Amino acid sequence: MTDTLKPRTAKDVEDVVQSALARGAALELVGRGTKRAIGRPAQSDLTLDLSSLSGVILYEPEELVLSAQAGTPLDAIEALLAAQGQHLAFEPIDYGPLLTGAPSRATNSGGTIGGVLAANLCGPRRISAGAARDHFLGFEAVSGRGETFKSGGRVVKNVTGYDVSKLIAGSWGTLAALTTVTIKTLPRPQTQATVVVSGLDDATAVRAMAAAMATSCDVSGAAQLPATVAPRIGLGAAVGCSLTVLRLEGVAPSVDHRRATLIAAMRTFVKSFGAVELCDEEASRSLWRAIRDVTPFAGPDASARPVWRIVTAPSRGAQLAGMITAATEAEVLYDWAGGLVWVMLAPSDDAGAALVRRAVGACGGQAMLIRAPAATRAAVDVFSPQEPGLASLTRRVKQGFDPNGVLNPGRMWAGV
Amino acid sequence: MVVAMPERDRAVLARRDRIVKALSAIVPGEGVIASEVAMRPYETDGLTAYRALPMVVVLPSTTDQVARILAYCHGEGIKVVPRGAGTSLSGGALPLVDGVLLGMAKFNRIREIDYDNRVVVAEPGVTNLAVTQAVEQRGFYYAPDPSSQIACTIGGNVAENSGGVHCLKYGMTSNNVLGCEIVLMTGEVVRLGGKHVEAGGYDLLGIINGSEGLLGVVTEVTVRILRKPEMARAALIGFASSEDAGECVSKIIGAGIIPGGMEMMDKPAIHAVEEFVHAGYPLDVEALLIVELDGPQAEVDHLVERVQAIAQDCRAVSCRVSTSDQERLLFWAGRKAAFPAVGRISPDYFCMDGTIPRAKLPLVLTRMRELSERYRLRVANVFHAGDGNLHPLILYDANQGDELERAEAFGADILRLCVEVGGVLTGEHGVGVEKRDLMPAMFSETDLAQQQRIKCAFDDKGLLNPGKVFPTLHRCAELGRMHVHAGKVAFPDIPRF
Repeated sequence: MTDTLKPRTAKDVEDVVQSALARGAALELVGRGTKRAIGRPAQSDLTLDLSSLSGVILYEPEELVLSAQAGTPLDAIEALLAAQGQHLAFEPIDYGPLLTGAPSRATNSGGTIGGVLAANLCGPRRISAGAARDHFLGFEAVSGRGETFKSGGRVVKNVTGYDVSKLIAGSWGTLAALTTVTIKTLPRPQTQATVVVSGLDDATAVRAMAAAMATSCDVSGAAQLPATVAPRIGLGAAVGCSLTVLRLEGVAPSVDHRRATLIAAMRTFVKSFGAVELCDEEASRSLWRAIRDVTPFAGPDASARPVWRIVTAPSRGAQLAGMITAATEAEVLYDWAGGLVWVMLAPSDDAGAALVRRAVGACGGQAMLIRAPAATRAAVDVFSPQEPGLASLTRRVKQGFDPNGVLNPGRMWAGV
Repeated sequence: MVVAMPERDRAVLARRDRIVKALSAIVPGEGVIASEVAMRPYETDGLTAYRALPMVVVLPSTTDQVARILAYCHGEGIKVVPRGAGTSLSGGALPLVDGVLLGMAKFNRIREIDYDNRVVVAEPGVTNLAVTQAVEQRGFYYAPDPSSQIACTIGGNVAENSGGVHCLKYGMTSNNVLGCEIVLMTGEVVRLGGKHVEAGGYDLLGIINGSEGLLGVVTEVTVRILRKPEMARAALIGFASSEDAGECVSKIIGAGIIPGGMEMMDKPAIHAVEEFVHAGYPLDVEALLIVELDGPQAEVDHLVERVQAIAQDCRAVSCRVSTSDQERLLFWAGRKAAFPAVGRISPDYFCMDGTIPRAKLPLVLTRMRELSERYRLRVANVFHAGDGNLHPLILYDANQGDELERAEAFGADILRLCVEVGGVLTGEHGVGVEKRDLMPAMFSETDLAQQQRIKCAFDDKGLLNPGKVFPTLHRCAELGRMHVHAGKVAFPDIPRF
């Protein structure tokens, strides 16, 4: 067990990093620790706990902007936004169900806003609203050089200097320790409905989802739940029947109109009448929460099985998953119209890495090992291996921020 | 006009003939332009106040040629300035007298249209509008639409992270680009992302967008395309004060409505435009809003009604809603012609580009009027109201005494004012050379040094587009140095809290 340091101010964070530099110590950065089991296991001497840097600094709904200290719990921010009819449009996944078996959005399971950004979280709305990166306007942070610096601003449109927020989003704490962040907030859609198509095989479902995305219906979620997974999503699906689900959000008259258009478009993909249905607002909300948090792969029976998150071109999703399921026992769930493939495999020494990497190599895209024992995550690549040119560019970027490897060294790749 | 650029490298200039010969070997035929007359069109970009003749212009047409040119220049220590269509309003493509101007215009093919994945793969010299034109017969379009979209290129859009009137709802370039092929200054070719929405690893694609040609040369871009909304309607709403107009914008967004476009013009802009385009704008108002709503008809009709009610609530003095697409486009024709319209009433003008928190608009407009009196120069304002991006147009005549100098000083004061009220120097036009020396108004030395270390990771010799964005040039070795003083840190031991 390493010692934990819990600074209360941004200046304290700078002092901790400087002291770590002076002593040659490596720091593991944590907020609420909700994503600690993701990535390569920490190779650190001390834990830097940023959860005391908490509190919303500014929230102006009409300007669509919120600034908060990086350790502010996501729960608190989501509650504040909801009270003003707004939300974080990027719909950040709660990894609690997958990693610990806890229910979605259990107290503090969403972690901190700094963690949400450092991990560049997103959800089913990725296909229409983007990820955390697309809503990250600016920040203050301490680099691995022990220097406080800032980038971006508090306005939603800004090209002054490099967009360093993008680089920090998804850097998993390897470049800088965030202390203050500013994000874009958006109105929460007034209502939603989901069009449900049953009985499509994966390849047909991918084509149906592509057709849905090509309509002017503004589909904000498109997922395929194969027959083995569908019964666990909470829609009461018949055994042996897959579900293809398409979400529509917006003002009520618009949702009513679009769902009629979409239902008509989906009829061409099914043979039997009644295979296209609708689920109402409440059922729709809980369905998309379950898809966001991949709850069919959560729970005590599943917890020992490795889970991969594979991002590919939507049209290749079914083919990529097919290469894996043909070779081994696996369960699959598709989001992003086929562009995100969640795969749960049987436990094995390499968590199926060789097989997954082969499939990704053939179909394009990238894969990340989300759930696996620490020993496995230390032994296989958790993030996609990079081409030599890109790998060396990545190392040079890391060096520019953290030349001595003080911040989360090795969390993403060895030596980064 | 003179702006301090990196010291010219006399040794490179002395080798010019050899350099031209070497480049001609890489790009044979008419791909190398070395005569003064033929290079003249390249001496400036959209910011015409700054001019410089490059050492030589080279127009490659393949990634391999770009890679060889850059590798050669890297080896020889020669500076390179990349250029798309040259529409930058911040001098991003201003040539260097001792540098190679790398024109990307020959990269003008669309390589692939993939409707299954809703992406277009284009060469960087393809114009923004050509991307939309390539897919519109199937009902698709590319969302970011800068005013220069007829001419500006997709590669330049990536370099500048271009916006447009629809970016409040649909995002800037960086929110719509999925992949890039870039060539580093060493000649190394790197692919970032592709048709999948997340590239994985550090978001280098995110940092390339808006890097103003300082990190790499883009040789291919993959953008996402969207299905066109079923329909759109626009409301033209007049107000007796900019305060009322600003309040209306806030209330629309506060009501949870994100319009496809929301533009504001002040009185001088309205008059200049109406005289030019005859769009039927009311001339007796202080501020005019164009609010465009797009989507299915049921949604648009519903939202138009709500916007009208909000406008009335905010004391609107006139309100017209388009009843045909022709009428809607006429509303827009005025706004889109704002720059040329102002060009008609003044020999020269500067277009500024700060962004402010929207609530500060009345204050900023008042202060701008005061500055206008102090500098004895007229100013007209067009404003992307939804996102707070302000385009003050400063009217001047470069042939009249010190008007140019006064206009420059006026512009700098406006941008400082934007930063002072919590805004930024540039919302969509880029820093370039124009706002370079104002960067310290927004960033500390430490902030800028950290940004320049990113530059060092991509371009260790600082040869790609130097003199842009950063007010001071530092050597990478100097930026990389670490100062760890064990005895001087606040807590020599690890502090406990």
